[in-house]
Amino acid sequence: MESRRQIGERVRRTEDARLLTGRALFVDDVRLDGMLHVAFLRSQHAHARLTGVDATAARARPGVVAVYTAADLGDYWRPGPLLVPPPPIAGLVFNACTQVPLAKEKLRHVGEPMAMVVAESRYLAEDALDDIVVEAEPLPAVVDLEAALAKGAPRVHEHLPSNLAAHAVQRKGDYARAKQRAHTVIKRRFRYDRGASAAIENRAVAAQWDPRAEELTVWDTTQAPIPIRNGLAQLLGLLESQVRVVAPFVGGGFGPKIMMYYPEEVLVPWAAMKLGRPVKWTEDRQENFFATTQERGQIHDAEITLDQSGKILGVRDVFLHDTGAYDPYGLTVPINSQCTLLGPYEIPNYESEFTAVFTNKTIVTPVRGAGRQHGVFVIERLLDFAAKELGIDRAEIRRRNLLRRDQFPFNNEILFQDSAPLTYDSGDYEPALDQALELIDYHRFVREEQPRLRTAGRHVGIGIVCYVEGTGIGPYEGARVTVEPGGRVRLATGVGTQGQGHFTAFAQIVAEVLGVDVADVHVITGDTREFHWGTGTFASRGAVVAGSACQAAALRVREKILELASHELEASKADLVLAGGSVHVRGDPGAGITLGALAVKANPLRGAVRPGTEPGLEATAYFGPDRGSTASGVHAMLVEVDPETAQVEIRRYVVVHDCGRVINPMIVDGQIHGGVAHGIGNAFYEQLVYDEDGQLLNASFMDYLLPTATDVPRVETAHRETPSPLNPMGAKGVGEAGAIPTGALFAQAVEDALGRTGLEICEIPLSPSRLFELIEEAR
Amino acid sequence: MVTVNGARYERTVEPRLLLSDFLRNELGLTGTHVGCEHGVCGACTVLLDGEAVRSCLMFAVQADGHAVTTVEGLTDGGGGPLHPLQAAFHEAHGLQCGFCTPGILMTLVPFLRDHPHPDEREIREALSGNLCRCTGYQNIVAAVRLASDGIPTPDR
Repeated sequence: MESRRQIGERVRRTEDARLLTGRALFVDDVRLDGMLHVAFLRSQHAHARLTGVDATAARARPGVVAVYTAADLGDYWRPGPLLVPPPPIAGLVFNACTQVPLAKEKLRHVGEPMAMVVAESRYLAEDALDDIVVEAEPLPAVVDLEAALAKGAPRVHEHLPSNLAAHAVQRKGDYARAKQRAHTVIKRRFRYDRGASAAIENRAVAAQWDPRAEELTVWDTTQAPIPIRNGLAQLLGLLESQVRVVAPFVGGGFGPKIMMYYPEEVLVPWAAMKLGRPVKWTEDRQENFFATTQERGQIHDAEITLDQSGKILGVRDVFLHDTGAYDPYGLTVPINSQCTLLGPYEIPNYESEFTAVFTNKTIVTPVRGAGRQHGVFVIERLLDFAAKELGIDRAEIRRRNLLRRDQFPFNNEILFQDSAPLTYDSGDYEPALDQALELIDYHRFVREEQPRLRTAGRHVGIGIVCYVEGTGIGPYEGARVTVEPGGRVRLATGVGTQGQGHFTAFAQIVAEVLGVDVADVHVITGDTREFHWGTGTFASRGAVVAGSACQAAALRVREKILELASHELEASKADLVLAGGSVHVRGDPGAGITLGALAVKANPLRGAVRPGTEPGLEATAYFGPDRGSTASGVHAMLVEVDPETAQVEIRRYVVVHDCGRVINPMIVDGQIHGGVAHGIGNAFYEQLVYDEDGQLLNASFMDYLLPTATDVPRVETAHRETPSPLNPMGAKGVGEAGAIPTGALFAQAVEDALGRTGLEICEIPLSPSRLFELIEEAR
Repeated sequence: MVTVNGARYERTVEPRLLLSDFLRNELGLTGTHVGCEHGVCGACTVLLDGEAVRSCLMFAVQADGHAVTTVEGLTDGGGGPLHPLQAAFHEAHGLQCGFCTPGILMTLVPFLRDHPHPDEREIREALSGNLCRCTGYQNIVAAVRLASDGIPTPDR
């Protein structure tokens, strides 16, 4: 019997028991003797000159241990690093302005921290915030993207000539020439506004300095514990090995839990060292709305040109991107928008130009989808309008433009966010479209059911959209696999986990290679003491990059097992079988040796070993792909709209998805369900509303509406598996897929349901009231 | 004096101390999570005399003389066998990051006691006061159905 198949199975999660019983450690659960608690004084102004922060009274309050302002930080005060340098795009303009630990001289968004209070309890720390006297002269706020670039606009960063953060043009082919041959040209303006990531766990940082061991331990809700460790070591003048960063269980990441650095991340460890006591800060929900990074906020002026048959000749898109008050995350989000617009289609001529703009709003960094949904929204809506203009069915115009199976690898001739050329590794798009059409019964609905229901006065509509998702980018991740003398296997990897089922998926990969039970693979993630090389969990890359490293390490251990067992069992390696936690000779399962016993033999306490022998059954391996792998999918939706109340009911939601080889279909389904719910939130419920003074008007869960169980439909999923050639498992990422096409789909289906001439939905998010306005305007 | 998961505690606390903070910081029962502290997300839900309440919307002193059950109480302090509802969440993949899960379990325990065989609409209504950002709720609904399948229908 060969190793039991584990990859591809719906294995129940090994991490569940800890989470279900309340035993799992989250950062805010860290409680240490003598621990102090932190509250931050944050800016009430979107834009102001800061002339004084007087903490005298706060320092005198009983229970307050310290209060720090920018002036108290001395040399430790410095702007954060540029986390993601932009790709080498010809002619690129990029002005790096990174965030600071505590504001000095200028306040650039509401919620920017000005002072840090450390006290015996969080209650006392918050009391002391009221004692701090701030002197600030308000300045006009930069809020609107177009006004921000107008001559004479107030400047967020006064050392720059304007609020321009970046300007980039990427071209493929010759759009102007293509336009001359056009039969049809469609041009529209699209808006896609900001949303919050809204992980249910807010951010938190706890830190303890051990003066005897001279070691700093930091518990952090970060998605990237290793870069945080490396950065903190450098900032604090410690060896990297003196800093241990633990990202334990993290209650949802969705992108914003990666930053270099949040102010709180550099200040809490520093205060713990300075005060010689453990210090913890936990964000509250209101702070989260101001201080945790956000996404979205783009305005696109886009044009598509087509021939008579509906084949795309070219697309030109010019857009503005709101980067918020600082731009530490470089251009990841707008470049994702720029690249993902090309979708699964053959677009021979493309010209895309964007301008990133500083505003007096919270910093923009990736949130689930990371700008990809904006590109998908633009191309999908353009195709919808083109289909209408040309009298072609919506599904058909997509089919005519899809890349064919024999066109891969397909080079799009522009650069992706990872600086590699945007080349799709593999894909098979048309069968996915067919499957989605069949699952939702598209043609019957359009021909029979919709006309029948319309006659009965019902407003029912259907939508179908296609998309691709660049996933699994480099640079690399690593893993170490160890067979313990007890027979259990330890797997350590550097990426943290925020609910993606890494404990189980990585265990499946290793269990299959070593012929052990998934339950016998003990997985450790996100603790730099256990593994200290790697970058983090982002860009739907955990399973692809870290998963491949787990497999590579397990294969090396397997080789060591075979080597040793062949000696012990006096059999050739080719005749050995790994199964049930043992090695035996094929055809003789009775006479074998357990992996535990082999592990003991691999680590002798006396006697001689052959020169070059490595102890134990252990190996470390790394994996870095040439470039990202491109996942794809088709979403379809049936809706009914009440034109009087503008309420939308989603009747069916179908996802046909291709993320290459699936490691655990149960987990993949779950990722898609959650992504779709997030996408529906972005499409119809969630919007961060800023007024002209840069004040966020809906900074609570009472006013910022997350979709609830009664708002989210049941999602019907189907998987297709087109393996990626870029990693040995053939895997592609899936973490963000559900959220990417939802806005485009929602707009199309609702527009179709209303069936009203003159009604075009060119903006996301909608809401019942905004949709009502659009219906009224079209009357 | 308050009874928590069957054990009696007598403490003197500030009147403004939230029940959620009392459970987490004074008693070390960190299975009760705090997500919004304004009563919307439901992560902090516990049972007060058997009924679901938001521990972030109550002061600890208001629990004086009452019995509180937290998620740790479902498994005899966190170490016992899984409650059937917890087992169903595991089986149906009804959790991802698991942060909202304790509050959802504590909402559903009294719901299933009062509605042992709910239909999907009733389940979704019951869940509508708890926010989950990971699952899209679909597998939570499936878990509740699975758990309710295991509850015997009383003879009529």
